Amino acid sequence: MSDTLQQTPLFALHGELGARMVPFAGYAMPLQYPAGLMAEHLHTRTKAGLFDVSHMGQIRIAAKSGDVRDAALALESLVPANYAGLGANRQRYGLLTNDEGGILDDLMVANLGHELLVVVNASCKEADADRIEAALSDRCVVTRQFDRALVALQGPAAEAALAPLCPAAASMRFMDMIETQIDGIPVTLSRSGYTGEDGYEIGCAAEDGERLARLLLAQPDVMPIGLGARDSLRLEAGLCLYGNDIDTTTTPIEASLGWAIQKTRREGGEREGGYPGAEHVLRQAREGVSRQRVGLMAEGRAPVRGGAKLFADAQGTKHVGVVTSGAFGPTVQAPVAMGYVETAYAAVDTALFAELRGKFVPVHVRATPFVAPGFKR
Amino acid sequence: MTTYYTKSHEWIRLEGTEATVGITAHASEELGELVFVEAKDEGTEVAAGDAAAVVESVKAASDIYAPVAGTVSGFNDRLSDEPTLVGSEPEGEGWIFRMTVSNPEEVTSLLTREQYDAL
Repeated sequence: MSDTLQQTPLFALHGELGARMVPFAGYAMPLQYPAGLMAEHLHTRTKAGLFDVSHMGQIRIAAKSGDVRDAALALESLVPANYAGLGANRQRYGLLTNDEGGILDDLMVANLGHELLVVVNASCKEADADRIEAALSDRCVVTRQFDRALVALQGPAAEAALAPLCPAAASMRFMDMIETQIDGIPVTLSRSGYTGEDGYEIGCAAEDGERLARLLLAQPDVMPIGLGARDSLRLEAGLCLYGNDIDTTTTPIEASLGWAIQKTRREGGEREGGYPGAEHVLRQAREGVSRQRVGLMAEGRAPVRGGAKLFADAQGTKHVGVVTSGAFGPTVQAPVAMGYVETAYAAVDTALFAELRGKFVPVHVRATPFVAPGFKR
Repeated sequence: MTTYYTKSHEWIRLEGTEATVGITAHASEELGELVFVEAKDEGTEVAAGDAAAVVESVKAASDIYAPVAGTVSGFNDRLSDEPTLVGSEPEGEGWIFRMTVSNPEEVTSLLTREQYDAL
């Protein structure tokens, strides 16, 4: 592994666990452990998996006024979500947009009561922090916490694994976020994740990361899970991967992420617009878009992957879209994908054809998620 | 009947001009559990190094190359329902395709088991 790659606080543990390491967003990350991608995926869906997501960026935003609502209002100038209305100890998904309404990153924002905690993608974290700092520094103190450990414990057995170490975990609902301790380790704890399963994301200081991970791995039914299974899990859950399914060339409306823009920020809402590219997004919400992101399932077993072209006809003459993510879904036992298609072909059950090694294989537009979510609402 | 190997981790076993081709245990371990295997249609002419089959894991598709020139003459149909056979018996029941080789002498330019193991 190139020594120019950064290491997370769990790097040594990955080695000890026999992980196959790969470069990802500038970090050496575990692709899979000896159990393998398929077993890791299925284990997460039926028991519980522990993921190292320390490569993601954590950013704290504190209002100079001392009122967290001021920090939330400031962040709303960059993100089309209702953060001023986000209750204390609650977390909400959002999108950073550019002046064209394209998506610069997707993120999670938590209201810790006294300040905001933002989690962003690893590959975008410096640019995101620069952007937030530039726009908010007059009103807020923006602190990068890129050296902390962050793990995700995901799966139906996650609560049973965590509750003995942290009783408060059991009473949390989906998207709650608290600051607490696990065996004396100060942590940020949210009931969230990116697999479609119930679970938690737990942040702590780098020096406590390995001890926290070992504590969790010692619980019944918990095994380490790599990035490979993380990708197939999120895809089955219908969740976007930044850089594949959403990027600066896609808007929230095209990406079918309009649900991430709450009513207060939509047309006629109390705080309508007011973020970069709002005029484009508002117009698209009103007038519609020419293409949109959809879920896709292929017939047979051959996975249709990102980059595959989509056609309206079996001869491949009418090009109507492209696949952005695709894999074999270990839980659904079928090829699952997502991609962008012309709006006329975006209705659920529309029959399309994907180009695969010179052939045109039948696919259908399908509702996402492909698996029933396990969230504890 | 001798088995020869390629640097790209295929094996080829020749009887007369008919050959059976698969991937090595090492390659199979690297790929992980397979979910789909497909060979080029029977009758497809391939040069040495041309993609003659594809194996897919959850994560990625990988080409399997013809070790020598020839014509694809069959596919291991069991793999259609049971692609994991490649992982469990890569150098036996998990063979991938058959081919009629153009020049049987060409296999001698490939690696012997000892040479492959030394890679």
